[in-house]
Amino acid sequence: MTMSIAQQVITIAMVVLGTMLTRFLPFIIFPSNKPTPKYVQYLGKVLPSAVLGLLIIYCFKDVSLLSGSRGVPEFIGVAVVALLHLWKRKMFLSIAGGTIVYMMLVQLVLSS
Amino acid sequence: MKTKSEKWEACRAAFPYTVPILTGFVFLGIAYGIYMHSLGFSAIYPILMSFTIFAGSMEFVAANFLLAPFHPVNALVLTLMVNARHLFYGISMLDMYKGVGKKKFYLIYGLCDESFSINCTVDIPKNVDKGWFMFFVTLFNHLYWGIGATIGGIFGSLVQFNTEGLEFVMTSLFVVIFMEQWMKEKKHHSALVGLGLSTVSLIIFGGSHFIIPAMLMILTVLTFLRKPLEKVEVAA
Repeated sequence: MTMSIAQQVITIAMVVLGTMLTRFLPFIIFPSNKPTPKYVQYLGKVLPSAVLGLLIIYCFKDVSLLSGSRGVPEFIGVAVVALLHLWKRKMFLSIAGGTIVYMMLVQLVLSS
Repeated sequence: MKTKSEKWEACRAAFPYTVPILTGFVFLGIAYGIYMHSLGFSAIYPILMSFTIFAGSMEFVAANFLLAPFHPVNALVLTLMVNARHLFYGISMLDMYKGVGKKKFYLIYGLCDESFSINCTVDIPKNVDKGWFMFFVTLFNHLYWGIGATIGGIFGSLVQFNTEGLEFVMTSLFVVIFMEQWMKEKKHHSALVGLGLSTVSLIIFGGSHFIIPAMLMILTVLTFLRKPLEKVEVAA
């Protein structure tokens, strides 16, 4: 390790600071004791659905369609989750089913 | 003793929603602790970093900062970029976090992907205090992650069973939450905009650079859709 303890502490503090800036900034810019601009209120209403979509894609950021397993286990896993959820609409069943299928795919089918 | 039972009710109501995250975070936390162990860090690093930073993917990146030459500005800028999505979480939660008192500080501090996705979509039962419910969702998630990282950091070298692929539990959780939100809403413009533009951005910019372009595209399109979307609402 090339850093001193003080340098390590400063580096970790920078990551904490950066993370907290991204979390606190909206609440600092739009404090609750002042009326929030109409445009920001609109964003607050429509952003959740969009950002949940972003979050799903974020989970696939390291999947390569051109190499390795080409994202096949990921797509099958998501399909299993979606179908189970459309069928029974039981959160735990959908999550457990998709995860188990995915684990079997990456451990048993694709390991050889 | 109204407040005590109020807290207890919220705690009991919040716990079931966090169970998928219990599985995912304890596993990922352990994986993170093992990873830090394999890089030669003592257990105190994953323990402190998981409780203070509390942003999963960022902590893996932070481990690399510690191994590289000292460059604090670089660390700050990269953190802002990776975590920029939190800005959208904050804007979405401005209203939900109103009037919850001093807990608000902790709710913002712990606004990770998982706490956000639960708290912004769940229908909190009427008899349960909203602020305490969201507080316990955040606290449970924080503890799962920290305890996982602690276990991984301390016992890292002993874990030997094949957990490959277990991290998919988080992807599954987000898919289910996205579908629940989809079934609840009348118009799907925003969901489709988020899903579609993020995919486009990922294809164009690649895994390590797609978040900020995706956010800008989403923001632009949603801004243009404001008039038509609000018109539909008035007409409906």
